[in-house]
Amino acid sequence: MYRYDEFDAAFVADRLNQFSDQVQRRLSGELTEEQFRIHRLMNGVYLQLHAYMLRVAIPYGALSPRQLRKLAHIARRYDKGFGHFTTRQNIQFNWPALKDIPEILGELASVEMHAIQTSGNCIRNVTADHFAGAAADEIEDPRPYAEILRQWSSIHPEFTYLPRKFKLALSGAPHDRAAIQVHDIGYQLVKNEAGETGFAVYVGGGLGRTPMVGHKIRDFLPTKDLLAYTQAIVRVYNLEGRRDNKYKARIKILVHEKGFEAMRDAVEAEFAADKSDLLALPQNEIARISAYFAPPALTERPADSQALKARRARDPAFAGFVDVNVAKHRQDGYGLVTISLKPIGGIPGDATAEQMELVAELAEKFGHDEIRVSHEQNLVLPHVALDDLPAVYDALRAQGLATANAGLISDIISCPGMDYCSLATARSIPVAQRISERFADGPRAREIGAMKIKISGCINACGHHHVGHIGILGLERKGVETYQLTLGGSGDESCTLGDITGPGFSYEDVVDAVETVVDAYMGLRASPDEDFLSAYRRVGMAPFKKALYERDSGSDI
Amino acid sequence: MPLYKNGSFVQDAWTTIREGEAISPAGHVIAPLAWWQAERQAFDQSHVPIGVLIEPGASIDDFIADLPRLAVIALVIPKFQDGRPYSMARLLRERHGYKGEVRATGEVLIDQIQPMLRCGFDAFEITDPITQAALEAGRIPGVAHFYQPGVNEAPQPGARPWLRQAGR
Ligand code: SF4
Repeated sequence: MYRYDEFDAAFVADRLNQFSDQVQRRLSGELTEEQFRIHRLMNGVYLQLHAYMLRVAIPYGALSPRQLRKLAHIARRYDKGFGHFTTRQNIQFNWPALKDIPEILGELASVEMHAIQTSGNCIRNVTADHFAGAAADEIEDPRPYAEILRQWSSIHPEFTYLPRKFKLALSGAPHDRAAIQVHDIGYQLVKNEAGETGFAVYVGGGLGRTPMVGHKIRDFLPTKDLLAYTQAIVRVYNLEGRRDNKYKARIKILVHEKGFEAMRDAVEAEFAADKSDLLALPQNEIARISAYFAPPALTERPADSQALKARRARDPAFAGFVDVNVAKHRQDGYGLVTISLKPIGGIPGDATAEQMELVAELAEKFGHDEIRVSHEQNLVLPHVALDDLPAVYDALRAQGLATANAGLISDIISCPGMDYCSLATARSIPVAQRISERFADGPRAREIGAMKIKISGCINACGHHHVGHIGILGLERKGVETYQLTLGGSGDESCTLGDITGPGFSYEDVVDAVETVVDAYMGLRASPDEDFLSAYRRVGMAPFKKALYERDSGSDI
Repeated sequence: MPLYKNGSFVQDAWTTIREGEAISPAGHVIAPLAWWQAERQAFDQSHVPIGVLIEPGASIDDFIADLPRLAVIALVIPKFQDGRPYSMARLLRERHGYKGEVRATGEVLIDQIQPMLRCGFDAFEITDPITQAALEAGRIPGVAHFYQPGVNEAPQPGARPWLRQAGR
């Protein structure tokens, strides 16, 4: 884990004082609401449907037990006893009072956390692979670079008033778990022919009203140039991005309108023109930051755990949990445990204070003090000995945290929709809940296999429906909710936007429509190993369309 | 209009003119870029100080050849949330080594003074009374620790290389 030094601590304290002063000036009338709005957003304070919302950054998804306990404390003391983990490695508190917010920020600062730049038209919280530093397929840990980017982008004087928000994501493994191609900039760690580490750089991805997959602008960027190259991209965007229409202001639109080649040339020219070496990262500095992320000392263990085997043999529910929620660690005898925040019929991403405290305790006892937050709104214990899985499972089960659905059909991403969001055109959480109840986390869900359902409550697409294997978009037509389905989307290294099936479905029918798609897939898959996305890519839309829209006319798929 | 420069309010020696108005032969005029470009021949032989007014959509390339001739570059801030002039100011200072005055004009508010200073602005036309009062009282809100180098900020020994701390 990164630890603040004196400088970092002083910086956060500075920012807190600055914000408290802004709150005071707003209260005294020195700042107009419009002027204050920009400042409060840049400190993560939103005005929502019912109340203020505070969005706290969890940079690259890494949390210590102490930090998670603090979030639990904040949830209990200033909110209604729970918090909501978002799709960008943030946590939101939906009910704090404005007057308490400086105090909450003070509490956060005491555990090296903040809400800086979790909103506003600036460089947002930098996200990364939640399996970083533990995954079997990793080339190099992306977190040190994410931390360097976090520091450099904090209150950047040149880039605080960008045309629109700006999101960076990093992946250290060939399998992209951080959805980097749907970010404004995505950095993928790669090796070149000489065996050196660098980044493949993607630019101009994003979802929202005009979804676009990022373009690869560089095959190989030396790690030392990370900041200089980021500066070049953001500078071109700051100068040329549209400011006349907020829906056309993201960098993806600039890339689209300017043309990818012209954008690449402009970025490369800006990068080449910067002759100063000010931003070059010296190897020893990369090493110094990387040392904070050194892997924990894991004792050697046999690849097969007897304790695990014995429990598996007599407890099918446990076996199901292990099969679904435990991923391969790079060291034998260990696993990465996903703690699903998608209980059957629950609200995706919510966790109670008690649940957070339990996860903190498990991380201390069994997880080398590390917790991760995934962009899929789950928590992860990245270093658990397989021998300890029975104990971890039992503890999770007691707090309702053992839902065995990581990566399955009921592991749904949903935006808040009509329940919290003033922009919503439809409910989204209740749709997620009904789908989750329909398919649950038992044998049927396992039989269906890998399936990502993503739901947004309006065209702003915060639920990332375009990259859901099945995407659901809630709209409103003549005062009635209608849900559009998309199929075949994917946010990983094979990033694709889903295709719209056709006319939408009513709130009542949308779950049946999802089931129709699932049943059609089960009927046509080549083998149980062919997951939904692969099958869709093989057969295309036609069979699903037929199943969805010709049911009434006698088809019996 | 009150002009804030080098830590205090000073007499503004410059007049900003609109397109169509005559550029005084005595100089000390800030002219819209297009107007200056149309009129500049008349000043070929003269060394009177001239400034230009740059709208945020413009590119530095449009007047790069004139930089040695210009004593003031006034960057228009149409709305305080418009970030383009920040990049232009940095480019003028860092890339083009411009040593004249880089002036902010338009919606210049107190919370933006610090980042503007860090990007290389050194003069501010102030119309907002609250901003004026705060500046007169010597109150510039901001932070004292920075994670990136700013224009004219000396490197701090021992600090992260990409980081410069302002000497305030
Ligand atoms: S997608 Fe729409 S409804 Fe959902 S959170 Fe975003 S803005 Fe709100």
